[in-house]
Amino acid sequence: MALGLEAKLGDNVMTSTLDYIVNWGRENSLWPFVYGTACCAIEFMSTAASLHDISRYGAEVVRFSPRQADLLLVCGTVSYKQAPILKRIYEQMPEPKWVIAIGACASSGGIYDNYCTVQGIDTIIPVDVYISGCPPRPEAILDALMKIQDQIRGESVLVDRHKEFKGILD
Amino acid sequence: MNATALENFQAAFPDATCKAVLDSVVIDVQPDKLESTLAGLKNDPAFNCGLLLDVTGIDYRDYPETKDARFYVVYTVRNWQDNLLVQVRTPVADPEKGIPTATHLFGSALWGEREVWDQYGINFQNHPDLRRILNHYQFEGHPLRKDYDIRKGQVCIGNDSLEKEIRARLANNGVAESTMKDINTEIMFLNLGPSHPATHGAIRLLTALDGETIMANVNEIGYLHRGFEKTSENLTYNQIIPLTDRLNYCSSMMNNIAYVKAVESWLGVEITERAQFMRVVLSEFYRVLDHLVCIAANMVDMGGLTNYWYLYNEKEAAYDFISRLTGARLTSSFTRIGGMYRDFYEGWESDLELHLRDIEKGIGDSIKLVLKNRIVHDRTKGVCVLSAEDALSYGFTGPTLRASGVPFDLRKDAPYYNYESFDFEIPVGSEGDIYDRIMIRFEEMFQSIRIIRQAMKFIPEGSVFIEDSQVVLPPKADVYNNIEGLANHFKLIFEGVKTPAGEWYDSYEAANGELGFHFVSDGSGRPYKLKVRPPCFYIMGGFHKMVEGNMIADAVINLGSINIIGGELDR
Repeated sequence: MALGLEAKLGDNVMTSTLDYIVNWGRENSLWPFVYGTACCAIEFMSTAASLHDISRYGAEVVRFSPRQADLLLVCGTVSYKQAPILKRIYEQMPEPKWVIAIGACASSGGIYDNYCTVQGIDTIIPVDVYISGCPPRPEAILDALMKIQDQIRGESVLVDRHKEFKGILD
Repeated sequence: MNATALENFQAAFPDATCKAVLDSVVIDVQPDKLESTLAGLKNDPAFNCGLLLDVTGIDYRDYPETKDARFYVVYTVRNWQDNLLVQVRTPVADPEKGIPTATHLFGSALWGEREVWDQYGINFQNHPDLRRILNHYQFEGHPLRKDYDIRKGQVCIGNDSLEKEIRARLANNGVAESTMKDINTEIMFLNLGPSHPATHGAIRLLTALDGETIMANVNEIGYLHRGFEKTSENLTYNQIIPLTDRLNYCSSMMNNIAYVKAVESWLGVEITERAQFMRVVLSEFYRVLDHLVCIAANMVDMGGLTNYWYLYNEKEAAYDFISRLTGARLTSSFTRIGGMYRDFYEGWESDLELHLRDIEKGIGDSIKLVLKNRIVHDRTKGVCVLSAEDALSYGFTGPTLRASGVPFDLRKDAPYYNYESFDFEIPVGSEGDIYDRIMIRFEEMFQSIRIIRQAMKFIPEGSVFIEDSQVVLPPKADVYNNIEGLANHFKLIFEGVKTPAGEWYDSYEAANGELGFHFVSDGSGRPYKLKVRPPCFYIMGGFHKMVEGNMIADAVINLGSINIIGGELDR
């Protein structure tokens, strides 16, 4: 049964909240920036290829400019040498933006507990979803994408995300 | 190594001590004789060792046996025609003062010595460009020294501008300061990477352009330096196998096999016939997979996305096939010292044949798009040409070297695992351009499939493990049912496979070229030092030789054609 405006104007008009409409658009047209450094990037290639086909989720438009992307996929180990580059790429992305740490290395340093490896990219930039695995299977990457979509559905366009984050490079 | 050959070396270098280790000759010289020894090895037609494979340092601080000096530097050179492998060792009394450089003799010493300086802090006198290569420019100390704490990370803020280096390179190429300022030939500096779609990982190519032509090129690597060598020093020999997966992650099993082959060569372990055949089959299968990814990505760079689907889908199917065997899609960890993790599963042979046919079809489809394609020919023929002399000087191996017309392949020239009895060809290029590099990879896939079919036909039955309680874990029934088995298992897991004290180098023909491992053992179950000789590191070291004088767009497809894999490049 229609209520309010919809009752008055018939089937031609639907009402909703701004958050709902915007989030619906955002969650189904995530444009990823693939920050691929190591083995996990190969698994991202599999995620993008025909069998797993990331375009089913509207996220196939892989951008290689951070300025055109809103989802940062960090696939692989990040060393201290790379950390400033990753941070700069993150900063170049327009708001709102989401980050997935793909694999053990990006999430925690993985098996590389040593002098050159950053022990998790969340020491540099804020992370929304972590994926375990070394490397994770393509299904896990798709699952993380769905988690980001869930997260987007619960957000409000009025609230800024991660403004207070401070990492080791700040 | 026969005795007369050793006598020839001793006669040619009377001041040095020569001894035979495995298949190589090890020459110990004092630093003042280093230059003449290396020059002699290179220029004397009796030795003709024109290929400098690797340079590495050793820190003997914690070594049980006392040495003349704390630091040593080792040069590994090869005569590829006669399968002669020589290692020249020299003590370094004072690392600050260092030893003379070999850069005027070998192009590959440029990067090799830089790495030794970066990791060990050993100076090379008169090296033209001695600076850090794997660690960042703000790093302090030298991580592979034994007194550097493995967990001591150092934060890097910012990037090295490389301005001094690119200007030096411009001057070296004869671009005068006045030309650079002239409005018509103004030089533009352009960075490709570190994060760029064409770099397939994190590498930074800095180019100086006149229009679209590259006048000078300087490259920076080390963005994926993960401390493989330092980490290995704290692990037992078998624990290192998972780390080797992540060197060249497009062909992980090849690294596993190369690594255990190197350890077994020192232990004197001869693995079972079946395990040898398994290693051949899996090596060649992974060589095909590696080339599939390389060509697929290279074609995408060139704008031919359809090739990517034809080639990559076969690789994707093969991943699931491989995970049925090893339990993992990408990181196989399938070998053990003394054998294989397990035997092929039932029905492997028919599955394999099915996949080989699919791969042949995929390659066939792709080749149809490439072979008579005018655009591919125009973009690749005569582009980024590298001569055989330059390729050898910069330490190239594998398909990239063979594209330049040097028919060096360890499978033919220093055969292991019965490669001499298989019927296969080594494709060799004639021009050394990108076209040759692509086509050689295509052809090698067909040859590898040929080898796999032969090996599957003749593979014998039997165990995949040798019977040696010092090397191989006992059967589970023994571990659970008697104390000897339990103790044996416990010792091998906690202390590792004990290797006799000493040093050795062993190599293997991986998909990208010669993958070598240089070990120093102190007699315990963990390597005292482990150095990887990664093929791509030296190929990347000669990258500027290929691209200077070509267009910027050619640099992109050239990078794809030499198959740079970050994990192996930076370790």
